[in-house]
Amino acid sequence: MSQKLLLSDKDLHIILFRLACQLKETHGDFSNTLLIGLQPRGVRLAERLLHILQHHYKVSDVKLSQLDITFFRDDFRRSDKVLHPSINDMEVSVENKRIVLIDDVLYTGRSIRAALTAIDSYGRPSEVQLLTLIDRRFSRHLPIQPDFCGRQVDAIQNERVVVSWKEDHDEDAVYMVNK
Amino acid sequence: MSELSVKHLLGIKYVTEEDIQLIFDTATQFKEVINRPIKKVPSLRDITIANLFFENSTRTKLSFELAQKRLSADVINFASSMSSLKKGETLIDTVNNILSMKVDMVVMRHSSPGAASFLAQHVNATIINAGDGAHEHPTQALLDTFSIKERLGDVAGKKVVIVGDILHSRVALSNIFALQKLGAQVCVCGPKTLIPKHISSLGVKIETNVQKALAWCDVANILRVQFERMSASYFPSNREYAAFYGITKPMIDALDKEIVIMHPGPINRGVELSSEVVDSNQAIILDQVENGVAIRMAVLYLLAAKS
Repeated sequence: MSQKLLLSDKDLHIILFRLACQLKETHGDFSNTLLIGLQPRGVRLAERLLHILQHHYKVSDVKLSQLDITFFRDDFRRSDKVLHPSINDMEVSVENKRIVLIDDVLYTGRSIRAALTAIDSYGRPSEVQLLTLIDRRFSRHLPIQPDFCGRQVDAIQNERVVVSWKEDHDEDAVYMVNK
Repeated sequence: MSELSVKHLLGIKYVTEEDIQLIFDTATQFKEVINRPIKKVPSLRDITIANLFFENSTRTKLSFELAQKRLSADVINFASSMSSLKKGETLIDTVNNILSMKVDMVVMRHSSPGAASFLAQHVNATIINAGDGAHEHPTQALLDTFSIKERLGDVAGKKVVIVGDILHSRVALSNIFALQKLGAQVCVCGPKTLIPKHISSLGVKIETNVQKALAWCDVANILRVQFERMSASYFPSNREYAAFYGITKPMIDALDKEIVIMHPGPINRGVELSSEVVDSNQAIILDQVENGVAIRMAVLYLLAAKS
């Protein structure tokens, strides 16, 4: 198994600030916006963006939820693995809110489709946008594209994009790993 | 632990502690699902489930059916009183006919102990035992222990007394297995005539004095007296049973600690439990019912993943 560094600590830092800045530009004071980190890997990215928005852009009233899409996935009983749910924290209402779905890597688009269905269980948002750190373009199975994107990556099928966060793996970096 | 060690849920005896913990973890997430504005998820949309109830049931049948519908499964219901069993058809023939209609899972309640195991050996579908005679009622034990964990934080180390008609109770046997696998101490309490002869071989304490049993326990699971299964007279009268084994508010108040009161339902108010106790804050009977749906969703989900 070989791996190639796609984004270093420094690159990631710049991209996170840019994404937070784009969110601020689009959503202003965030009073009618809800950020939703997708479990399990989008939550860490969402928390980082929240931190930057609160501490560097001084947005006080920004809300973050965590959405687990396990029960809405379309590969249940189609893969060898049993799909296990993660914690779901959707205390804030989505009704008429502007939603930003946040995930680390956009690949086939199936997780995002599941997330769009899952959000329906909580109400009718006025708008749903998608933010991803990495967009694996040319790998999509569904017509889904990000509104905010950290970096576009061309990867072939036996390559995997791995996002590593300091909180979990002692470093901030993105790698391309050969399966 | 990523998946259940069993393909069917026939009894708690056949599952491991890890299986129970996995079911609890999954049920916790499903409990959140059933409290959403829209309580339905699409996980089992390609699964058809037959509920075969050869014995009467209210809450178990409703709870299973609701769990199946919340998971988007297609559901067919069958009650023996309206079936061809009355015309002499065997159990295997009845079930195989139903399975020919492309049914994937069977939830069955039957008056014969071992009926679910028998079916699992002879038909090609995932079987869930919803009660087989006086043998086991695994989902009831799972929801009972889940409710204890929810209320007290853990099951391990807790003292649980099962009071009442132990002899005719499948809930008692499944609860004993589940509680012991999770590390609880178990005591059974009731008139000697309603305690099976060899129950001490399961490693449970036996007590005939209900006040002493209550003083010992953290949780009291009170069972219904199963008049319909009694072929002989096990105690002189309902009134006498209530006088000796009925749990009343003064008995609970006399204890030096707060205990949790459970009942699998249906309750004979004024016999095994007084109305005051049923409606008190210490009773978690309605929590048990809510948890029943989440537990059954978890069992269906995890077994479907293996089918």
